[in-house]
Amino acid sequence: MNRVVITGAGTVNPLGQDVAATMAALRAGRSAIGPLTCRDADRLSVRIGAEVRGFDAALRLGAGDAARLDRFSQFALAAAREAWGQAGLAPTPDLAAKAGVIIGSAGGGQGTAEDSYRAVFAEGRNRVPPLTVPRLMHSAAASRISQEFGLMGPVFSVASACASSNHALGLAFQMVRSGLAPVMLAGGAEAMLTFGGIKAWEGLRVLSPDGCRPFSARRNGMVMGEGAGVFILESLGHARARGAPVLAEIAGFAMGADAGDLLAPSAEGAARAMRAALADAGTAPDAVGYINAHGTGTGLNDAAEGAAILEVFGMDGPCVSATKSLHGHAIGASGAIEILACLLALNEGIIAPTAGVEAPDPAIPLDLVTGEARQARVTSCLSNAFAFGGLNAVLALRRA
Amino acid sequence: MARTVDGEVIAILARQAVLDPREVTPEMTPGDLGLDSLGLAEAIFAFEETFDITVPFNANRPGEGGFDLSSVGAIITAVKGLIAGKA
Repeated sequence: MNRVVITGAGTVNPLGQDVAATMAALRAGRSAIGPLTCRDADRLSVRIGAEVRGFDAALRLGAGDAARLDRFSQFALAAAREAWGQAGLAPTPDLAAKAGVIIGSAGGGQGTAEDSYRAVFAEGRNRVPPLTVPRLMHSAAASRISQEFGLMGPVFSVASACASSNHALGLAFQMVRSGLAPVMLAGGAEAMLTFGGIKAWEGLRVLSPDGCRPFSARRNGMVMGEGAGVFILESLGHARARGAPVLAEIAGFAMGADAGDLLAPSAEGAARAMRAALADAGTAPDAVGYINAHGTGTGLNDAAEGAAILEVFGMDGPCVSATKSLHGHAIGASGAIEILACLLALNEGIIAPTAGVEAPDPAIPLDLVTGEARQARVTSCLSNAFAFGGLNAVLALRRA
Repeated sequence: MARTVDGEVIAILARQAVLDPREVTPEMTPGDLGLDSLGLAEAIFAFEETFDITVPFNANRPGEGGFDLSSVGAIITAVKGLIAGKA
């Protein structure tokens, strides 16, 4: 069994269009939630979100990828390039034959699908652009990244709604740990802040009209975001042999399903996933210094997740923050973006805060970090993802 | 035969609750009907589509927003109020 480390990180998200800018925003507790500017926003009843503003795909990626990729793949490719550059990999033919890419996304090329439907249904046109299918397929981002770096091992996408990133990272972790692949790129990407994407969430009546306040007594829903996070996962031996930077160790992973309600989360299922991740990592609960909560700001998630954390860690458990209050809920990309908050905690001892919480919900007595960032020495942390459909995926990280 | 607002609202709630409309009485609560927040959201969507109204409802805080969901009778009154407000 190999130990697995992260040797590169990349992102495009509402807080920043690279890791450095994102870390600065997380340290400052600066929220990127604001008015939505998507097409037909005046017909939306929920008008706030966390958008990636001013992302110039042509400038960042070149004209070809700007034209041929959906926005979610553009985010993923930009993030992958940043991570790859940091890791400094120069793959041999043997490495290239084994290394792969797993990118989680809940909606794939939502914007591309929507534009083509608009053309044929609303505008009565009889043809759509030729690259509609390769742009909208969920696997488009993983495929494009494999081409970028010549990686010929396992390359695919995973979709598990709001847990997609954690499942992607967890599968890649297991592949590197088992020796199947010495290096994997993994993370998530989402670009669902389209008119139809937001309308669909509006219909569920779980979006907040005025802000994301996880674990707050006054929470009234989630706020959508978008973006990508991509990481280089590598066996510790491989990383050491080439003198690579080691950002953190992925120590454990667990996934499971509630097999219960379609939408209402289960505290028992969440607790089971956290316990299993700790067991997989060989980490005792009292060694955990930080939990990046799923923390969506909905009534049901935060109550169930809070109960699960209290069940696993007791009343004197680790500090918790929910950074969706800063970068929004990027759906399938959330877990990957939240790994950055874990890296900040492990490497700088800074806990990014939960924004918008005037008074924590007294029914959920967690050590919630609110207001501004907190200093804390953290050697182990968890990152939770609990998706609609009852799909739970928890990553356990350790300081390298 | 023209259907009344009362009858339509009860029919929608009964359909969501998988009950015979004759079993639904004005004093029953959504809980009595066996409706969870998802069932309520589906019923509210049906009210909006049937009567061309917009119902203020957030599943995170179902008791707020000014739309009285405390009983079948209260829901009928609230729907009638929104229909009257359109005029």
